[in-house]
Amino acid sequence: MYFILTRAIRATLTMIFVVSAVFFASRYSGNPIDIMFPEGLSPEEYAFWESYFGLDRSFLAQYLAYFRGLAEGNFGMSLTEFRPVTEIFAERLPNTIKLFVSAFLLAVAVGVPLGIYAATQRDKPISTAIMAVAFFGYAIPNYILAIFMILIFSFTLHWMPSSGNMTWVHFVMPVVTLAMAMMAWNIRFTRSAMLEVLNEDFIRTARAKGLRETLVVNKHALRNAMIPIVSNLGLQVAGFVGWVVLVEAVFALEGIGSLIVRGALLRDFAILQFGVIVWAAVVIVANLLVDVIYALLDPRVRIAS
Amino acid sequence: MTTAETLTPEPQTNKRRPSKIWDGMQSANWLIKLCFVLLATLIVVALLAPLLATHDPNAQSLLARLRPPIGFEGYREGYVLGTDELGRDLYSRTLYGLRFTLLIAVIGSLISMLIGSTIGIISGYMGGVVDNVLMALVDIQIAFPFTLMALLAVALFGTDLTIFVVIIGLADWDKYARVVRGQVLAIRDAPFIDAVRVTGATPYRIIRHHMLANIASPIIVLWTFGVSNVILLESSLSFLGLGVQPPTATLGSMTGFGRDYLASYPHIGLVPAFMILVIALVFLLLGDWLRDTLDVRLKRQA
Repeated sequence: MYFILTRAIRATLTMIFVVSAVFFASRYSGNPIDIMFPEGLSPEEYAFWESYFGLDRSFLAQYLAYFRGLAEGNFGMSLTEFRPVTEIFAERLPNTIKLFVSAFLLAVAVGVPLGIYAATQRDKPISTAIMAVAFFGYAIPNYILAIFMILIFSFTLHWMPSSGNMTWVHFVMPVVTLAMAMMAWNIRFTRSAMLEVLNEDFIRTARAKGLRETLVVNKHALRNAMIPIVSNLGLQVAGFVGWVVLVEAVFALEGIGSLIVRGALLRDFAILQFGVIVWAAVVIVANLLVDVIYALLDPRVRIAS
Repeated sequence: MTTAETLTPEPQTNKRRPSKIWDGMQSANWLIKLCFVLLATLIVVALLAPLLATHDPNAQSLLARLRPPIGFEGYREGYVLGTDELGRDLYSRTLYGLRFTLLIAVIGSLISMLIGSTIGIISGYMGGVVDNVLMALVDIQIAFPFTLMALLAVALFGTDLTIFVVIIGLADWDKYARVVRGQVLAIRDAPFIDAVRVTGATPYRIIRHHMLANIASPIIVLWTFGVSNVILLESSLSFLGLGVQPPTATLGSMTGFGRDYLASYPHIGLVPAFMILVIALVFLLLGDWLRDTLDVRLKRQA
């Protein structure tokens, strides 16, 4: 109970902090009216729109009004689309979730086993080959891989649509692109975490007492290596916006990554603020999940808490 | 860094220590040698861009729009790699783009290195409350995905080149801070540091002359990875249209604009994309190699 309470307080404080930071940073950086409307707006029109959006009040008054709105469950209206931000996010969130969850699952299902295998087959050709693939996946920027894939599969072979999010076929290339990068990261991380454990004394002991190698690897080594691996995966989920933003941009997929970028560029404060709230919520949930999985995996964590 | 030679953990003669990097280079495999050659070429080309360019990188020519590279149908004399949607020479533009990309990468990663290493040294050397506070900062930085923070910061403040470089430079500091702190902790209580301390050396002198020489290797290795990280971050942001403003080109922004012409004129995007790929691979491969050669162990560097 105490644990949940401290967690909740910390989460709330984090949220308030990030939202406030974005609130003031975005307002100090520019005015949406300068960006949205063409140049040559008369002072009267300017003043009209400024008061229409409530931007003529002091930052502090706007800030208090925003939090009053939050308390009532009102997250604000988009300045560029003239409708509630929650509605816009509700339209786009499913696309991002489909994209990220499929890519994440694919990257875990392929990346983690390959990383473990590469660690057990150290210095053998198969391990070198796996690591070479991982190296390329890690070194090639996401959008460049995407461009090569669009060129080959869309424009040359005509197998896949190059952009959009209408059917599941539209998601194939974005998911593969995203999964490549995350998979490469998973392989590299899993391998080094496994190697570290495999060098420990208790592994030598396990081998010395004649345990089968599969048992040594899968039980003794893997269970210990799982802790850093899981926290790495947690960081991956927490950073989901950073991962999806480029892929969404290249494939013109209407998700929240591209939405947040547009919000920042157009100074659509409401979208930016709500985007950060969503993101912070994901970070907090991801951290919580990681802690729960820790406790499931590692008896020592259970005793400590 | 030769001043600390007499007091390194393994006592050395006063003769200058033969460079490990140089020795390693002699016996490196062909891939690494190729990387060094490529690196040297890239640097020379970036430096000599004004001499090597055949056109003004921003000069537009409507008559020569969207021309393919040499050897393709429609090639126009003098535009070796073809032209882009505004008739700008792609070859000259790529040279200048390379120049900007490398400049941003080197300065950005140096900023990360300086901030991170300084924090790491202070944290490790002082210990106690200072250490706790600084390491809490590092944890915050790790918990918050920096790509997005940088993206927001650049979108809001980053049209100016200086600000852009600084924001990019802030991306990586936590890695240096963590590793350097660990290194400082490892040698802080070593006998040779104690020896210097009893002779009355100031902390500054101890750090500057006696510790830095011993923690230089991991910093160099991290920096090599840092350059490629910064290049990836810079080119990703530029690709999204954030960052250095047109007409000034970096390789990332050129790829970004090229994306719109991919169906009919793929060369516009492919030329800069290929350059980014080469640079990123060169720095990552050299980083891996340096780590092995200098025998640096970076804890869980994925």
